[in-house]
Amino acid sequence: MEKEIIEIRWHGRGGQGAKTAALLFGEAALETGMYIQAFPEYGPERTGAPVSSYNRLSKKPIRIHSGIETPDIVLVLDPTLIGKVDVTAGLKENGVIIVNTKKSPSEMRKMLGVKDTIKVYTVDAYGIALDTIGKAIPNTPMLGSLIKATGILNFDHLLESVRKKLEVKFRGKGADIVDKNIQAIKKAYEETKGEE
Amino acid sequence: MKVVAKTANEAMAEAMRQINPDVVAAYPITPATEIVQIFSSFVHDGLVDTEFIAVESEHSAMSACIGAAAAGARVMTSTSSQGLALMDEVLYIAAALRLPIVICEINRALSAPINIHCDHSDTMNVRDSGWIQIYAEDSQEAYDSVIQAMKIAEEAFLPAMVTADGFILSHAMQRIDMLEDEEVQAFIGEHKSPYNLLDIDNPITIGPLDLQDYFFEHKRQEADAMMKAPKVIKKVADEFGQKFGRKYGLVEEYRLDDADYAIVVMGSTAGTAKDTVDLMREKGHKVGLLRIRVFRPFPAEEILNALKNVKVVGVMDRADGVNAFGGPVFMEVRAALYESEKKPDVYSFVYGLGGRDVKPVDIERVFQMIMEADKGKKIDRLNYIGVRE
Amino acid sequence: MKETWKELPIGAIIKEPGTSKRFETGDWRTERPVLDPEKCIHCMFCWIYCPDSSIKVEDGKMEGFLYEYCKGCGICAEMCPTKAITMVREEV
Repeated sequence: MEKEIIEIRWHGRGGQGAKTAALLFGEAALETGMYIQAFPEYGPERTGAPVSSYNRLSKKPIRIHSGIETPDIVLVLDPTLIGKVDVTAGLKENGVIIVNTKKSPSEMRKMLGVKDTIKVYTVDAYGIALDTIGKAIPNTPMLGSLIKATGILNFDHLLESVRKKLEVKFRGKGADIVDKNIQAIKKAYEETKGEE
Repeated sequence: MKVVAKTANEAMAEAMRQINPDVVAAYPITPATEIVQIFSSFVHDGLVDTEFIAVESEHSAMSACIGAAAAGARVMTSTSSQGLALMDEVLYIAAALRLPIVICEINRALSAPINIHCDHSDTMNVRDSGWIQIYAEDSQEAYDSVIQAMKIAEEAFLPAMVTADGFILSHAMQRIDMLEDEEVQAFIGEHKSPYNLLDIDNPITIGPLDLQDYFFEHKRQEADAMMKAPKVIKKVADEFGQKFGRKYGLVEEYRLDDADYAIVVMGSTAGTAKDTVDLMREKGHKVGLLRIRVFRPFPAEEILNALKNVKVVGVMDRADGVNAFGGPVFMEVRAALYESEKKPDVYSFVYGLGGRDVKPVDIERVFQMIMEADKGKKIDRLNYIGVRE
Repeated sequence: MKETWKELPIGAIIKEPGTSKRFETGDWRTERPVLDPEKCIHCMFCWIYCPDSSIKVEDGKMEGFLYEYCKGCGICAEMCPTKAITMVREEV
């Protein structure tokens, strides 16, 4: 199989924007000339119910259409999912997991019980979202954390791409909300912590 | 040409916008809802000149499409699953009246039990309705095929449906190379209508009672149109390939040249299967794949030609025949191969019903089974892959 | 000899208008309407009700029946307010 494909899984709760995050990230990656997939896992769609969404990124056209079972990167948009959803399921040996939590990466590592080869990052995305956007919406901050933890895309490019998409999405709702989201992404980028 | 990120639903809606049909009559249904929703916003925003008819059912949607097409309009709609099933009797009428209507169809399992995810039972249910059926492997092909289908339908005077796998494609965003609006318009050309109900200088009667003395001739004529359709489909695909660089045929062969073992598959699973073929080739297995893109008209000759030197064939059906001899694609592929000198052994593999995920490992298992069958192991003619036994 | 499938227009359409004129449904009749002009007041009830457009009208006057098409259903006789139409058995 083409090893060059990077697979990402987003865990969230219905209404937290896990799908939107995957779409925004996918589009930002596409603009750098990569081939992408971004898709949600559809189940009963209820606010608050555990949901997941996915990305595939590759320099070559992506042909595979099966679900993602062994992701390279996992993002957890809500810390209360841990213990209820198997967020580390199938995570590759040298994979990365990024969790929205106030806890430190080493505390989170213990909670998750993952192998030493897996890198753990944490960020208080709720706190950041409340400070900037005024609502505890963790999806856009987590985009900043993803870039900080993996360097998978150029950060300035991501900001520019997300800004353009949000300007369309929030058309008529003022530039303010777009700026606040961008601020949230920047803050999360700065505050995302890995282990020493 | 511009590169964008779109789901199959979004891409098909964009293709509809670029075609700019005179009439769209539609009733939204999961997972094709977005196609109708996005297109209706195009209508609202004045991006198309389309008369959008919001009907109360899919039966009415197709009936309105027929009326509009008979009156000389360029007509499109979109549906899925139960919606397509509700259109069923009207689909036959569209085809027999030879009206070039195009459906953007999203494959979803037919109830019961109720399910919203992908399988091909909905389009298999209407496979003999007289509609051209094109199964897309990815969203790019869904987009390209909708544009081609409009031209094919108007040259063959047969209705056509382009299908994309529900959720797997309909809701998955991928890179799409979109054509410019003018390129699409130039490609599809002037609308062609077989006749026009509103031409008062040349009044005609449409849909009269047709009994023992004429009905058979009209059905024979419809069959003839379908028999001639492959030529039209190939011509339109060639023209598309020359103009825009993406090549399509009735079938797609993948690493079949020296293959001893082949699987036949339709829709998005073909992509996953191509990766699996590469994986198995690396391990030294002489395996290949045949993707049927156009299931109606059935490309028997192309299939025979592609598989004539293969030892064993596994046909993967995303719909069950329930009490038939195997899956619907299997039965027709096996019948086509009856004409071959070497008569490859053919097995049926039903998979992925109701959106059950199909992974490379599932496809590898199909290959393993047909390879074992070749070595003398007795396996069932009909197999179910990925179901809990 | 009727047309082969290759000769027929597509879509089972009928290209020529008014071909039903050639279909003489008068053959179906077992009873025929007969008009008594003395009683007829030219109210046109028969003309309105006739399902086969078989009432002959000239200058606003009821002038009899188009027996090529009249199926002998008797609705005209039933509706006639002055009993000017009677149904009589067809004889060979």
